Amino acid sequence: MDSKRKKTKIVKEIKVDTSKCVGCRACEIACSAFHAVPKFSSVNTARSRIMVVMDEFRDIFVPIRAGDYAQAECNGRNRYVIDGKEYDACTFCPASCPSRDAFKEPDSGLPLKCDMCESVPPLEKPMCVDACTFGALTYEEREEEGAEEEKPGDMEIVFEALVKKHGKKKVMDTFARLSKS
Amino acid sequence: MRYAETGFQLEVDLSKGSIDKVETDPRDTAMYIGGLGMNLKLLFDRVPPGTDPWSPDNLLIFGNGLLNGTCVPGANRVSVDTIAPLNGFLGHSLMGGFFGAEMKMAGYDRIVIRGEAPDLVYLAIHNDKVEIRDARHLRGKLMDETQTLIKDELNDKRAWVAAIGPAGENRVIMASIDCGNSSAARTVGPVMGAKKLKAIAVRGTKDVYLAHPDKAWEMCSRLRKELDANPNVGDWMATDEDDSFHHNNFSWGNARVRRKTFWSAELEERWRNLKYDHMSRWTGCWNCPKACHNLIQWPNRRRFSYKCYGKDTYHMASFQELDFTFEILPIAMDLGLDSYSTPQVIAFALELLDAGILTEKDFPGMPSDVRQRFYYLLQKIAFREGIGDVLAHGTSGAAAIIGKGAEKFDHNTVKKFEQLPIKLGKLNPAYFLMIATGEEMAITQTEGSFPQDPITDPELKEEFIKNWIAVPDKKFHEWFRQWEKRDQLPDDAMCAICDWNECMHYLDDSLGLCGFVSSFRGQFGGTTGYHVWNMPKVITHVAGIEFDKDRLWEFFQRIRNLARALNNIRGLRRHMERPPDDHWAVRNEEYEQQLLTKYYDFKGWTFDGIPTKETLERLSLGYVAEELIKNGVLTGNEVTALNDIRAKKKE
Ligand code: SF4
Ligand code: SF4
Ligand code: SF4
Repeated sequence: MDSKRKKTKIVKEIKVDTSKCVGCRACEIACSAFHAVPKFSSVNTARSRIMVVMDEFRDIFVPIRAGDYAQAECNGRNRYVIDGKEYDACTFCPASCPSRDAFKEPDSGLPLKCDMCESVPPLEKPMCVDACTFGALTYEEREEEGAEEEKPGDMEIVFEALVKKHGKKKVMDTFARLSKS
Repeated sequence: MRYAETGFQLEVDLSKGSIDKVETDPRDTAMYIGGLGMNLKLLFDRVPPGTDPWSPDNLLIFGNGLLNGTCVPGANRVSVDTIAPLNGFLGHSLMGGFFGAEMKMAGYDRIVIRGEAPDLVYLAIHNDKVEIRDARHLRGKLMDETQTLIKDELNDKRAWVAAIGPAGENRVIMASIDCGNSSAARTVGPVMGAKKLKAIAVRGTKDVYLAHPDKAWEMCSRLRKELDANPNVGDWMATDEDDSFHHNNFSWGNARVRRKTFWSAELEERWRNLKYDHMSRWTGCWNCPKACHNLIQWPNRRRFSYKCYGKDTYHMASFQELDFTFEILPIAMDLGLDSYSTPQVIAFALELLDAGILTEKDFPGMPSDVRQRFYYLLQKIAFREGIGDVLAHGTSGAAAIIGKGAEKFDHNTVKKFEQLPIKLGKLNPAYFLMIATGEEMAITQTEGSFPQDPITDPELKEEFIKNWIAVPDKKFHEWFRQWEKRDQLPDDAMCAICDWNECMHYLDDSLGLCGFVSSFRGQFGGTTGYHVWNMPKVITHVAGIEFDKDRLWEFFQRIRNLARALNNIRGLRRHMERPPDDHWAVRNEEYEQQLLTKYYDFKGWTFDGIPTKETLERLSLGYVAEELIKNGVLTGNEVTALNDIRAKKKE
């Protein structure tokens, strides 16, 4: 087999070491400021694409990055029992989903998803990793063989959510109206 | 558009049940910044002299520092202020953690509580939605449980809840207000209890704006990395297990016994194991690269965290070891009692028992073991049962009620407030001034910029001076250079040192900066994170208000004099400004009084310790001077202290 014909892709990874997290939320602050428009014009951790689940007296410190948008509540859930305390099934879930507020723009309710701080020129490392002075978040890039997967962009995620909420027709009508004005 | 601040304060009257969201005047921000500064202004304007601190007319204010909730690292302190029932003067405390940032994101620079609810309530804030809710089912609930129950009730795990425990509900003077790992003590807890406010829950999802986004972010990222790399900021006690300093130098029991050789290598090793065998991790505060809290899980106790000298107070008051502090702290915290005054009050009570001023009859059913006695008294105090009802007034208050010579055992308070249990040999003039005159109540809230001790090695000294950029004026370098013995510097240097130390705290407490990265940490190593040279730039980039060092200094003087006037109008005078008689073994009354006069003069105050009309007018506080004149505190013709005939007579 000719290995050169195989495609390679860059896998970007943020490794989370929960034992090092002190719960300072600098990661949330950095993420929200970076994604503010204009950039760095505001801080609002509710807009962050990373959320530190914190329950100090039970020693829970878990930074979670927003994953894919889930169209519906899931029908099977996990229940976590940590240190004798039972956690709500959704506590450690990275999805933006209809059943809760987490990972949604506070004003519009549109889903938020970690975009690895994509920007031009690219950052040396993602904002949350840079802000974490405690080593709880570390960044790795590695090459992996396999076809580059088509991932939905920000725009697609937003449109999917709008379609889900208002129906395709209404969204298309609105879009058509806005593009004329 | 307002930057760093929201421009709104939440005003709640618990008697009327009214909730108002009030837009504030940006001109006030320019004059009073936020946090402590704005709180002082509100207390001065709205709580008339003569108001009973327990009454509904007193205010309890949670004032966000101007920079809280932004990208400024280490900015998270909420200044909690009231008129203290303890002594009728300013009651001031600081709460770190996350409450302030959440309040900002909910849209509020401060929460102003007035009135008294008909029965126990809590305040639930979610952005614009603010409700006064029934809290009768939370009566008597412990601190941790209260916070959890309220979050469950609101179905919001990301809300932050600042609550009082049973001690606060029962108006115990030593009660604290806790929120997660942070706590506001120093007499604000009982006022919350008097208002029948069990807790404030806050959750916010709004933007906090930065004035100059790129510059602000660049500067704050740099500062974060600097603070992270700087060993002189944060709490050394989080990682350095050599705590000989407190144990060998501070007094044990009721501020009574010094054990100069207590510390040993064996002890240190044993305590190190004790700590790390039970420690879950370090935890921090909002946006700070230091993590000062030690999270401890002790057998049969709920997990809790402590910081700094809070590690020592209980076992030093009881002549025990660290394991006792670890087992009692979570219980005391859950009852809502502080770890600063409470152990002193308990040690005081047990000393009175030893002395026969209190008798066994006053302690029915008390075990003989000292540890069990501490638990016994914690319960009695928190629920005000028997002798606990008396001790709930604090050392001074209790001594006055008990009488029979108990007053003599109240030997460690200034203006009725418990001080650090330090009993030393020779008078230290700068410390004399700070302890005597500090409006922020405790020495830890006043000291911190100028080193505690001189450096004798000339090379090390020059090295220190070279890196010591925090000084507001080169003259501090010169004084440090000539400084050989702790108590020997010219009086004008002592005055200026006290003034600068104080200045940094007033700035921090208004900006929201934690003393551990700023005002408190210059004294150890000199390289503190924030100082009068970088603060103005931070304020300008983040809040969009032009400041320079001189304007910042003038701001300090303004609110320093406002604090003084607030207390003067409530009766604070020169004769009350006395460190405990036994704070130093060797005293010289005449010298101390001369020094005090010089310091008053330096501050622009009268011989009685009141700002003169000119001083106030120079700081745009003409309205304060008018009030003082109206209340007979000033005539308006006073001169500063050294020009007073009483000062001249003594020369
Ligand atoms: S990688 Fe970037 S977008 Fe993703 S959570 Fe971190 S800061 Fe936010
Ligand atoms: S910045 Fe790091 S230590 Fe701080 S909360 Fe985020 S992951 Fe935890
Ligand atoms: S220095 Fe310590 S106490 Fe201060 S804000 Fe940082 S973590 Fe909190």
